[in-house]
Amino acid sequence: MTTAEKKAQGIEPALRARDLTKVYRTGEVEVHALRGVSLDLYPADLVALLGPSGSGKSTLLNILGGLDQASSGESWFNGQLVSKLDDRALTRYRREHVGFVFQFYNLIPSLTASENVALVTEIAPHPMPADDALRLVGLEERLNHFPAQLSGGEQQRVAIARAIAKQPELLLCDEPTGALDSQTGVLVLEAIERIHAELGTTTVLITHNAVIADMADRVLVMGDGQIVEERENPERRRARDLRW
Amino acid sequence: MSPLNRKLTRDLWKMRGQVIAVAAVIASGVAVLSMSLSTTEALSETAHAYYERYRFAHIFGRVQRAPEHLADRIRLLPGVQAVTTRVVKTAILDIADFSEPVIGQFASIPERGEPELNLLALRAGRLPQAGRPDEAVLSEPFAEAHGLVPGDRLRAILNGHWRELEVVGLALSPEYVYTIGPGALMPDDRRFGVIWMGREALQGAFDLDGAFNDFSVGLLRGMDPEPVIRQIDELLANYGGTGAYERANQLSNWFLMNEIRQLKTMSSILPVLFLAVAAFLTNMVLGRLITVERAEIGLLKAFGYSNFEIGLHYVKLTVAIACIGIVLGWIAGYWFGLANTRVYAEFYRFPFLLYEPGPNAFMLAAGASMIAALLGTISTVQAVAALPPGEAMRPPSPTMFRRSGLSKLALFQALDQPTRILLRQLGRWPLRSLVTSGGIGMAIGVLIISFQWLDAINRMIDVYFLQAQHNDVTVGFGEVRPASAELALAGMTGVITTEPMRAVATKIRFGSREERKLIQGVPARQNLHHVFDVDGHAVDLPPGGLVISTILGELLDAGTGDILTVEVLEGRRPTRQVPIVAMFETYIGSPAYMEIAALNRLMGEAPAINTVHLRTDPLYRAALFRKLKEIPAVSSLNLKEAAVTTFRDTMAESMLIFISFFVVFAGTLAFGVTYNAGRITLSERGRELATLRVLGFTRAEISYILLGEIGALTLVALPLGCAIGYSLALLISGAFKTELFRVPFAILPDTYGLSILIVVGATAVSAFVVRQRLEHLDLIAVLKTRE
Repeated sequence: MTTAEKKAQGIEPALRARDLTKVYRTGEVEVHALRGVSLDLYPADLVALLGPSGSGKSTLLNILGGLDQASSGESWFNGQLVSKLDDRALTRYRREHVGFVFQFYNLIPSLTASENVALVTEIAPHPMPADDALRLVGLEERLNHFPAQLSGGEQQRVAIARAIAKQPELLLCDEPTGALDSQTGVLVLEAIERIHAELGTTTVLITHNAVIADMADRVLVMGDGQIVEERENPERRRARDLRW
Repeated sequence: MSPLNRKLTRDLWKMRGQVIAVAAVIASGVAVLSMSLSTTEALSETAHAYYERYRFAHIFGRVQRAPEHLADRIRLLPGVQAVTTRVVKTAILDIADFSEPVIGQFASIPERGEPELNLLALRAGRLPQAGRPDEAVLSEPFAEAHGLVPGDRLRAILNGHWRELEVVGLALSPEYVYTIGPGALMPDDRRFGVIWMGREALQGAFDLDGAFNDFSVGLLRGMDPEPVIRQIDELLANYGGTGAYERANQLSNWFLMNEIRQLKTMSSILPVLFLAVAAFLTNMVLGRLITVERAEIGLLKAFGYSNFEIGLHYVKLTVAIACIGIVLGWIAGYWFGLANTRVYAEFYRFPFLLYEPGPNAFMLAAGASMIAALLGTISTVQAVAALPPGEAMRPPSPTMFRRSGLSKLALFQALDQPTRILLRQLGRWPLRSLVTSGGIGMAIGVLIISFQWLDAINRMIDVYFLQAQHNDVTVGFGEVRPASAELALAGMTGVITTEPMRAVATKIRFGSREERKLIQGVPARQNLHHVFDVDGHAVDLPPGGLVISTILGELLDAGTGDILTVEVLEGRRPTRQVPIVAMFETYIGSPAYMEIAALNRLMGEAPAINTVHLRTDPLYRAALFRKLKEIPAVSSLNLKEAAVTTFRDTMAESMLIFISFFVVFAGTLAFGVTYNAGRITLSERGRELATLRVLGFTRAEISYILLGEIGALTLVALPLGCAIGYSLALLISGAFKTELFRVPFAILPDTYGLSILIVVGATAVSAFVVRQRLEHLDLIAVLKTRE
């Protein structure tokens, strides 16, 4: 179902943002990272956020994920006003609803793959078994390996398993292939694609690589803190067909 | 300023918390060392100057009664520069508003002009005038203890006659820096005081007209006192001379020198501990700094900076931190030293105080801590040199962890992930963990050895006073009395039982060793004043030989079965061969005992005594004291209860200041170690903790990982610290062995508990401070950068 169809059927957006701005003050310089961003993300959307460095993609993702607060504007998740939550409530929001994947995997080196995932399943309300999550990203053979014993692509897939093990409604991926070569990157994207298909998680994928945006339902192009273009991909390309 | 130096100043500022923590530990070491050294220096310089200015004699001695003209014969001996003869006697005093007996030591001073030796430092009023036999000068601490000032009056029994004396002045004397009464262990200014009166007045009072019973001799510079002492002893043998002795054996000086020696021991052991910890902390901080600065180091190398230049940069950092510590330590050491010296000056009465610490103490402390800090830098500089520029520019790969056998245990499987993180971190760097625990343990150890002093004192009191002595009053006679004198006392109202003692002044020789010693004659089986071994049993005296303390055995290098030569210095002055029949261990003094009948036989005299121990009924005690004071033969009265109180107070007073310093220092130590460990963990693991926050962990949950590590290290430190304290206490109780005291090795459970409590408190404070930093953990910045 396309976004337009979801809208037409009267499905409420899972995530709604209106006029988000973000101003950083570094010393005497003001940086306008976001200049009034509004968007709706519908359940089971796979959206690519495309744009050059410094266009505000990560800032937007951090605000949507409850890692950062907007200077003005509002955002709602399932009807709940996220932009006004305090630190404690934001922690609960991340804990219960949001999964993150970063460019640098940020695994805990002292925990095995399976334990890194269990880190999340232990505190989430409705998690899947940690090993199932790892199976979803094709790492059932590497459960008891420590991060130092895994390749970059494998580490990133552990990070994805960790993000989705709680069965989040929202999966936010910030340049998940940024540190990987294209072949390994494809494996990681396939994992994201498979999870999106099997779990129906609303997924936002940040990339500055236009090729990767082809695997999304919808592409939001950012520039200078604003969404400068929004388009629907008439046909999603399979991750395994992507080359860059 | 070169860019590297600018980086240095900014690094120092950036790490100010850790810099201060390390500097504080260095400062502690410098402060303790410079305090101990400057106090020792001040005490010894003050004593030296006091002795010099007030012409403290080199040789001292007593006789029964010698005609005045003998003074001129002594003066003619080669090497003698000056001679002062005096009348010195003890007597009972009666002081208004103080019911207990007070003993006065009366010493004569010339009515005209000043004495050649042992000058008085007049503190108030004036000296007695000729023709006014009732004028007296009191020792200042004694007058202060009783609130007496010039113009006041007091009563004394001089040779059996009540005399009313007028206080005309207050003074101090180099002879009585440490004022200790007969039979006492500690100065007690309320119960013992020195009173100076005109020579003619005292000669009249004690029937010594034209004679003296005490003398002091000053020697020409550099003279050996031994030959002079021998000649004086020959000269005075027929006048009841009990043997001249040199300054080193003069009671007050002996105590003072003992104290200075103890201080020196203290300054050689404890600061070493602090400096060792400072070196370790410097190493820890710098080591982690390098890990954090890998990229910068690689960059500098890529630009062409040499290993030497970069190494020097980190050495400079250490030097800067050490300098901050040294300056702080100097300031603290100066003030502590001054405060400490003042306490000593209060205790040992000096008319002036020379606290002008030379640069030596401070330079030594600075040098030692600088070396310690630089030692802590060596491995860091080596690590910098070993870092290849290319390698340094790449992010380090994730730390290698392995599943240990422990991980497979069911117990481990039951643990949650944060606990696993915590345990694996500790297990990954066991040495580092152990060293951190060691640092915290060191703080506990320092506290244990500080508080252990109080345990030791209590143990000494328990054994020496409470277990061994069942008498409550000890009566001393000025002269030897027939054994019947005991019966007279036993018949007095309020006396429950009595036990006689006779003390005889002797010289004991074995091989080339010689000791002046009072041999105490006591019943074979004592019921009041026991010859008591530290093991807790009374020693019965076998007939016909000496029972000596092990410390005396060491001084003489003699053991059980050896035959000693005993030269008696009173009565008929016989010299006899006496075997050692038993030895026993004591904490206080170096006594020698003999069965009283055997001692009297050795003297060739009829049964005689000069001391009686009494057990009295508290109900009648006040009346008994009043009566005892009236007995002319009684020259001293000692109360056990007062002795215990004085002993405890004196020890506590001189120890308390040290103990409180050490509590502060140990707190600093514990804080410094845990604060640094916490900050370093935070900087190394900030990324991990931020990741957990992103994953939805609360601040409390990630605090558990950070503080749990500190907690676990502290937990390991507790038994470790107790073991360190135990070993150090053992070391110190061995090091503080003097002729006067052997510090017992005794640590009560309370001491362990209190030490642990203080360190846990300091650790909790530092953990709290580190925890505050979690509030400012920047989630986004941490995640956007690579490691």
